[in-house]
Amino acid sequence: MSDVREALMVGRGSTGKPVARPLSPHLQVYRLPLTVILSITHRITGVGLAIGTLVLVWWLIAAASSDAAYALVSWFLRTPVGYLLLFGWSAALWYHFCNGLRHLGWDFGHGFELSQSRASNRMVLIGTVLFTVLTWIIGLAAQ
Amino acid sequence: MAKFSLPANSKMVPGVTHKAPAGAKRVRNFKIYRWNPDDGKNPQLDNFEIDLDACGPMVLDALIKIKNEVDPSLTFRRSCREGICGSCAMNIDGGNTLACLKPIEECGGDAIKITPLPHMPVLKDLIPDLSHAYAQLRSIEPWMQSDTPPPPDGERMQSKEERAKLDGMWECILCFCCSTACPSYWWNGDRYLGPAVLLAAYRWIADSRDEATGARLDALEDPFKLYRCHTIMNCTETCPKGLNPAKAIAEIKHLMLERQV
Repeated sequence: MSDVREALMVGRGSTGKPVARPLSPHLQVYRLPLTVILSITHRITGVGLAIGTLVLVWWLIAAASSDAAYALVSWFLRTPVGYLLLFGWSAALWYHFCNGLRHLGWDFGHGFELSQSRASNRMVLIGTVLFTVLTWIIGLAAQ
Repeated sequence: MAKFSLPANSKMVPGVTHKAPAGAKRVRNFKIYRWNPDDGKNPQLDNFEIDLDACGPMVLDALIKIKNEVDPSLTFRRSCREGICGSCAMNIDGGNTLACLKPIEECGGDAIKITPLPHMPVLKDLIPDLSHAYAQLRSIEPWMQSDTPPPPDGERMQSKEERAKLDGMWECILCFCCSTACPSYWWNGDRYLGPAVLLAAYRWIADSRDEATGARLDALEDPFKLYRCHTIMNCTETCPKGLNPAKAIAEIKHLMLERQV
């Protein structure tokens, strides 16, 4: 579908000559507040988690198919790249979870005051760091 | 589809510098977006050095000083200069606000960058074309609708509680700072109504005297008009009147759900 706003991108100069109007700067000038940055982060982590789920599926299928297949996944996830990916996914999961709880509150109509949304910004970030670190402490200790 | 970069004809280039008069002690730089439909050039950022000792406290004071004393061709909207008319809405120092309510002192950085309301067609300099936003406002029919005639001996009465529901909404001056701060409105503003218009819609939905609530909700029941709001909250962050469009939109979504169950 075409964008109806296109029609307004054509104007006229003072002599009546048609001119292409510029679009005013947006991302180029806007200093995005934390709430906005956390919102786009929610989306990015969501996409990341969808990709991470494929690895989880790979791991489960490998566990169900053969020793060799499982050994391959285990080897891959223990390489530095594997650790980095796992760390990223665990952080993304906790971020998405904490921010998801905040969205649940918003969907019920709670926490819309600026003071509240700024406080929940901090809670989401603190929760993400806390749960991610805990996950890794527990995970590495269990090895 | 979201397009994050500006079209080629909209990219800003550095402009000219207007020096402060000799002997000025407290000089502040204002980098102001200029575009003239007659010269065929890209928008440019002109730098105006302003002596704050000879200027009022608000950003609008600086703009008026520039227009009066430095460059009379500088074009911007303004009227009441006290936060009631909503004319001087623009992006100042990276945030949408009213130039008349924004103290120069509150702006950080070496230069104060001033650009038109974001992601809008520009008519000239700091003036965006708001006709699409106004058409969207028209589409929600922002006036009272009632089949019941008013009592013959007086006006339609409201309880104090019913009236209190309108607080935080009737104060909206339709400056469109919120809508043009909303990334969702940037990318989908052709069909998404945006926070300002949805706040206006909820103002009538919440009014106890209005009898068109069902029809109003029907009109908003649309994947784009209402549901492109993803609770990004920039509307509430930026509102120069301290209102909460995000909350009003959540209330509309809540009513949509309530009438389904």
